Amino acid sequence: MSTQTEIADRHAQAGEHDHGGPALYAKTLIALLILTAITVAAAYVDLGSGNVVVALTIATIKAMLVALFFMHLLWDKPVNAIIAMAGFLFLGIFLMFCLLDFDSRNNYFPANFKGPAADMPLAPGTAPQGQVIRTNPAAEGEKK
Amino acid sequence: MEQQFDTSKIGMWLFLVTEVLLFGGLFVGFGMMQARYPREFVEAHEHLTRWQGALNTVVLLISSFTMVMAVDAAKKSNKNRQVLFLALTIVCACIFLVVKYFEYSHKFEEGWLPGRFYSYKGDSIPACPGVNPSQLASNPPPAPAPGAPVQQCTNGYATFFSFYFMMTGLHGFHILAGIVVLTWVLIRANRGEFSKNYYTPVDLVGLYWHLVDMIWIYLFPLYYLIQ
Repeated sequence: MSTQTEIADRHAQAGEHDHGGPALYAKTLIALLILTAITVAAAYVDLGSGNVVVALTIATIKAMLVALFFMHLLWDKPVNAIIAMAGFLFLGIFLMFCLLDFDSRNNYFPANFKGPAADMPLAPGTAPQGQVIRTNPAAEGEKK
Repeated sequence: MEQQFDTSKIGMWLFLVTEVLLFGGLFVGFGMMQARYPREFVEAHEHLTRWQGALNTVVLLISSFTMVMAVDAAKKSNKNRQVLFLALTIVCACIFLVVKYFEYSHKFEEGWLPGRFYSYKGDSIPACPGVNPSQLASNPPPAPAPGAPVQQCTNGYATFFSFYFMMTGLHGFHILAGIVVLTWVLIRANRGEFSKNYYTPVDLVGLYWHLVDMIWIYLFPLYYLIQ
C-alpha cells in the first residue's frame, strides 16, 4: 500500500494529475451550451446546402471540446488520441467511398425494395420513365 | 498500478472506436438516404419536436459535466462529491430517457413508425403501394391505365423514421447501459472504494459517458435541424 501512495504522491508532485479542474470543466460546459444555442439558431436561417455544413462544423467543434477536456485527450498519453483519430480516419474513408459510389449512380435502390420504380428520379435522358436502371450504363457498355 | 491504469484506458479507447464505427455506419446510411430523399426527409423531420431534442442536448451536456466532476472528485479522494456528482449524472440520464419516452409515444400515436409499420396519411407524396400493407388494405391504388404515367410515390418518410428509431433507439440503449454501469460505480464509490490511488472504473465509465454524449451531439442537428 505504501508504494502505491508513494507513486501517487510522486505523480502529484510531477503535476501529472493536476490538469483540468472544476473551473475549466465549467467553462467547457458553458462553451458547449453556447454552441448548442448557435446551432439551433442557425437552423432557422436558410443557408441552402450551407445549413448542413454549419451544423456539422459546430457539432465537430463540440465533439472536440468534449474529447479534449472532458475525455482528457489534451493531457493524456498520445496513444489514446492516436486510437481515437484512427477511428475517425477510417470512418472518413468509409464515408468518402460511399459518397463516391452514390455520386456515380444514376439510380439507387434499397436491397429489399419491392415497389414500382416510378418514384426513383432518373437522371435526365438516361431512360424512359418507369424503366429500371440498376447499374451504371457506362459500366454495362464496357462489359458488352 | 500506473501501467494497469494506462492499459485499461487504451482498452476503453479501442472499445470507443468500435462504438464510433458502429454509429458511423448508421450515419453514413442516413446521409445517403437523405441525399436520396431530400424532400421527404425535410418534411418528415418537421414531425420531430425541436425543443425536446434541444432540451435533451442540454441535459446530456450537463450530465457530461457532472460526470467529469465525479472523476475529478475521485482523483482528489473526495467521496461525498464523487457520490453527489455520480447521482446527478444518473438523474440527468433518467431525464433524457423520460423526454425520449414522450417523443416516442407521440410518434407511435401518429403512426410515424419505421418501414412497413409507417401509417401516417398526411404526407404530401403518397407512400408506394406494396411497401406499406396497412395503407394498401384500406386504400387500394387504382390500376394504372395503359400508357399513363406511373403514379409518383415514395418510401422516403418510412425510411426517415427507420433511421430515426434505429439510431435514437440504439443511442437510448447506450444511455440505459450507462445508467446501469453508473449505478454500479455509484455503489462502489459510496463504499469508499475509489481514491486518488485507484479510480479506474470512474474514469472509464466517464469516457463511455462522454462518447454517448458526443454521439448525441451529432444526432441532434442531423435529425432535428436538417433543412
